[in-house]
Amino acid sequence: MAYFLGLLVALVGFWLGMSGHFSPLLLTFGAVSVAVCLILAYRLDIIDREGAPYVRILGYAMYFPWLMKEIVKANITVIRACVKADLDIVPALVKVKTTCRTDLAKVTFANSITLTPGTVTVEVEGDKMLVHALYEQEAQPEAFEDMDRRSRIAADGKGADA
Amino acid sequence: MGDLFANIADFWGMVRFPLGAALCLGGGILCLIGSVGVLRFPDFYTRLHAASITDTAGAILILLGMGLMAPGWLVVSKLVAIFVFLFLTGPASSHAAANAAHTAGLQPVIGPIGQRSDDDDEAA
Repeated sequence: MAYFLGLLVALVGFWLGMSGHFSPLLLTFGAVSVAVCLILAYRLDIIDREGAPYVRILGYAMYFPWLMKEIVKANITVIRACVKADLDIVPALVKVKTTCRTDLAKVTFANSITLTPGTVTVEVEGDKMLVHALYEQEAQPEAFEDMDRRSRIAADGKGADA
Repeated sequence: MGDLFANIADFWGMVRFPLGAALCLGGGILCLIGSVGVLRFPDFYTRLHAASITDTAGAILILLGMGLMAPGWLVVSKLVAIFVFLFLTGPASSHAAANAAHTAGLQPVIGPIGQRSDDDDEAA
């Protein structure tokens, strides 16, 4: 039920943000659209923890600033590599083990790795991820431990410590 | 006190457009740098890294700049929606491309690249 309410609020907010008109006719259209979306989501059986992850919004809100900081730091490294007169990159494939248990946490972790420039998740298999990195020395498995822990807390909460 | 707020509002109205334009320009330059990286890097996987500059830093700066220059909250809400969807789908598409290349058997170039020794410089 909480997932259903979360999806409802998100859809209504999205419609209002997109349209910005408050005349009865357009509000009716909005209500119909939201209702159709909810019915379709219910029939597809995707109103669950992954389809409506709005309960975890606080965790993600805490995770996001840290991720932004990491993205900025990584961007500076890659931009320097791009404009340097001599190419000095050391590409490498590294295996990263994750402590994330649920799919949502794994997706968060893998997407965070891909989102930071200089590292791309190539393959996810069980709890191992194959990561391609631009600089080998910056992609040691220890470098991902912090991100792993933070994305697990963001997606699963502190109680999910395995 | 009301005077102070009015001053701040005036100042903000004056500074908003130049600041937004500067951010947009910075984002454009970053996108250009990303393209330069795509041309310079040796193989598919490393080029993906260069493209992710355009994906993240360039997009963030341009969206921020457009948000500062936006005429109303309605436009800002749309820009926020673009930002969120870009951040959810960008890495997914990068991963899909990398995973497809890996599955197809494309071997990445591994190890130091382009570190020329002094001898090469003299020869050139």
